[in-house]
Amino acid sequence: MDPLQIGQSRPRGDAAAKVAGREPYAADAYPDNRLWARAVRPGVPSGRIVGLACDAALAVPGVVKVLRAGDVPGSNRQGIVHKDMPVLADDRVRCCADAVALVLAESPAAAAAGAAAVAVEIEPLPGVYDLDAALAEAAHLVHADRPGNLLARATIRKGDGADPLARCDVVVEGTFTTPVQAHAFLETESGVARLQPDGTLWMQVSTQSPFRDRFEIGHALSIPYDRIHIEAPCLGGGFGGKDGATVQCLLGLAALHADGRPVKMVWDREESFVAGYKRHACRLHYRLGARRDGTLQALHARIWYDTGAYAHLGAEVMELGMEHAAGPYRIPHALIEGWCVHTHNPTAGAMRAFGVCQVSFAFESMMDLLAQRLGMDPLALRTANALVRGDTNCAGIHLETSTGIKACLAQVARHPLWREREIWRRQAPPFKRRGVGLAAVFNAAGYGGGVRDAAIAKIEMDPTGHFIVHNAVSDMGQGNSSAFMQMAGHLLGQTADRLRIRQPDTRTAYPSGSSSAGRTTYTFGRALTFACETLKSRLLNRAGLMLFLQDDDDLVLEPDRVRHIPTDRSVTLAQLGAMMSAEERVCLGQFVAPTCKPVPDTATGFFIGFPHVIFSYSAHLARVEIDTLSGVVQVTNYLAVTDGGHVINPAMFHQQIQGGVAQGIGYALYEDFITHHGRVRTEDFTTYIIPGALDLPEIVSVACVEETEATGPFGMKGIGEVAMNGPLPAIANGVADAGMGRICRAPLTPERVLDNGVRAPATAQLQK
Amino acid sequence: MNDEKQQDAGVPEGPPEKSAVIAFTLNGTAVTVHATPDRRVIDLLREDLGLTGSKEGCGTGECGACTIMVDGRTRLACLMVAAQLEGRTVETVESLADSDTGRRVRDAFVTHGAVQCGYCTPGMAMAALAVVRESPEADRPAIREALSGNLCRCTGYVQIIDAVVHVASEER
Ligand code: FES
Ligand code: FES
Repeated sequence: MDPLQIGQSRPRGDAAAKVAGREPYAADAYPDNRLWARAVRPGVPSGRIVGLACDAALAVPGVVKVLRAGDVPGSNRQGIVHKDMPVLADDRVRCCADAVALVLAESPAAAAAGAAAVAVEIEPLPGVYDLDAALAEAAHLVHADRPGNLLARATIRKGDGADPLARCDVVVEGTFTTPVQAHAFLETESGVARLQPDGTLWMQVSTQSPFRDRFEIGHALSIPYDRIHIEAPCLGGGFGGKDGATVQCLLGLAALHADGRPVKMVWDREESFVAGYKRHACRLHYRLGARRDGTLQALHARIWYDTGAYAHLGAEVMELGMEHAAGPYRIPHALIEGWCVHTHNPTAGAMRAFGVCQVSFAFESMMDLLAQRLGMDPLALRTANALVRGDTNCAGIHLETSTGIKACLAQVARHPLWREREIWRRQAPPFKRRGVGLAAVFNAAGYGGGVRDAAIAKIEMDPTGHFIVHNAVSDMGQGNSSAFMQMAGHLLGQTADRLRIRQPDTRTAYPSGSSSAGRTTYTFGRALTFACETLKSRLLNRAGLMLFLQDDDDLVLEPDRVRHIPTDRSVTLAQLGAMMSAEERVCLGQFVAPTCKPVPDTATGFFIGFPHVIFSYSAHLARVEIDTLSGVVQVTNYLAVTDGGHVINPAMFHQQIQGGVAQGIGYALYEDFITHHGRVRTEDFTTYIIPGALDLPEIVSVACVEETEATGPFGMKGIGEVAMNGPLPAIANGVADAGMGRICRAPLTPERVLDNGVRAPATAQLQK
Repeated sequence: MNDEKQQDAGVPEGPPEKSAVIAFTLNGTAVTVHATPDRRVIDLLREDLGLTGSKEGCGTGECGACTIMVDGRTRLACLMVAAQLEGRTVETVESLADSDTGRRVRDAFVTHGAVQCGYCTPGMAMAALAVVRESPEADRPAIREALSGNLCRCTGYVQIIDAVVHVASEER
């Protein structure tokens, strides 16, 4: 066995245990003597609680307790930035997911029967269920202290803003809408908790943010942070939906009232659909102006995000979308306006590509509209306007880090799927039409301004000379723990069998932020490189002592030993491990991701999260075949070329890209989380369709590695988000290319395709 | 193998008089469990018998995460009740490594990068085992078809299909 190497395609460290069903997830914990907790969610989207009777529930055999708002010891408010979401609603309900009581019972069946027996009386109040209603004058307010139902209202103005549109040779205009998307991870929100004899609240939970969860729980339940102990085993998927408290505060509350018994909570699929956070639905209105030769001149984008009932990260999602609103292009003048709007719909929050896939649909559709209007090749138009290092992006950020979109587009241009598109298109069988669509997309990495994007990594050598990486950022499936093993093995010269990973534990690891924002492997990984280098030099130093060497020159760290090359004498790591104290065998490393200095004065209304300095880029191509009788769109081939800097592990890189593209194809064609007057209509996988194996093509992922990212560990940058942004616009552009008209409303369902392509062919919204 | 084992399934869902004695073969071992006849097999396996390899992704037969084999055919543990196991032969993912074919499925999933979060994986591996056992001649489209009842939210399926195509080619 060879020492691990960066750049090697190698199987993930967790794969074997996962296939065999041995990986322990939070949902797999069944502690002895457990109670089960179940939330009572009346399902009324807007109303006042006028009665809550628990006697019948308490009479159900097996029901132990029924908790209500009055039993919550703290603020009873959770939330990441704004604490506005009740753990148990006390007075008002603001969305169908609001919980009013929590049943503790001996079995899930008893908990369900108890929950059904809680008698809740709610006086319905007026509600606002879409953007227009919420923004109407004198609209009913979701929160009395948020006038106009606005959680946030922000602007980015670059150059002369929208004014130059009046002077452009050509202006194209379009209005787009995007649906709510559900994360639909296969492991629903789940965890176990117990109040320990010493008063500590212990919790093992499926979470992307174990350290920050302590703040949410502590605030809501009035528990000091140091009395909250969170363990985060591998997640059965996250995608942003487990960033922030889901079961945590409810579980904590249950544990406080369980007389020391462990409590388990698992949301069933229906509860996950109803109460889980969602991707924001958006409406986007774009005007894009250019010179006759295709040089982009000015953009006016107005974007409305339906953020649902509570804040979660709604404002930050909108702001990231705005920061990406002009695409990976050089545009001298831009006015980008954003409204983050409360409604009584389920709460929208973080989801992979965090506000960016909505704007990607708009700007990449606009680019094709412009190409069509100018009679230009869509790839040439994109390439001519693509950002390069040294340019200023639409948020006014001077790009000093790796900027690979041009190189990605060049690879697409060389690919047979692009070069041979005409022949392929002409070979469409009867009653089918074929088209090829492109998308150039990007996605920021990291938290952005105002939120310290930092990590503290810990590496330990145990007394037997084996190494433990103390991961502090959850592995929700993206494989960061395997990347960390590969980095540690590479730096310490160790083989895979000499390394172990310990998943996040707030008692043994250090706060390192959430697993999100394309920053997980980047930030923690960089911190880990420092920790490993410190440990390595310490081990060489101790070995030098044992070998009576004057200095550490010519000492090398090898699997299981430190060797002095000239003399071939060595000390085993077990010998070193036995000699060193526990404290000496542990090294920490810290890293704070770079920030933008100085911050341009382009943005107003932004609280945190602006601006970003590191972006991943991607050029996507979709070949689509449309059945002209049914309107069904099938993606037959998909290519994603991605600039993620240097690739740590190609196999895992392609996993991330393929998975992101799959979610993006779902978003483009099938996924539509539907509510009617604030009540959820899509509560299962029959009504909410995620792609199966027959719905997806062979997704081809190519890494574009012309530039490495100097600030990242081994030159990498995060690529978990960017792949999500391409499919919707690439497919919409492909459908238009096939002569089925431009569809501005996602998902591209057969009805919409037929409406657009057959009954009203080629009605692109063009002006001027 | 086949040594008679008594397993007390605990009967959390109802009074003891409702519980039945159910005997079946589980991963090569004869077992007898006490459970209410309508106990869902997914709960029997995970909660009562501690076999948490089978996952529950939906509970309504839509995702395949709970795929097991009963008498050699794939079945959804969330849609079966304990009484239906009487006299049957049940295989769960925990027995994947007990056969050559199962080991090949496991190894191919690992080396082809078929695993990300891993929550669909045990069910997917059982579905894959069934395909390569029953129809090793299956080609790539046929394998896609055969796995289409198992949802994966992470991978886009490409590397899962790669893994199963590889095992099928070995089994031929
Ligand atoms: S849990 Fe059985 S099919 Fe989803
Ligand atoms: S690997 Fe996560 S659902 Fe398949």
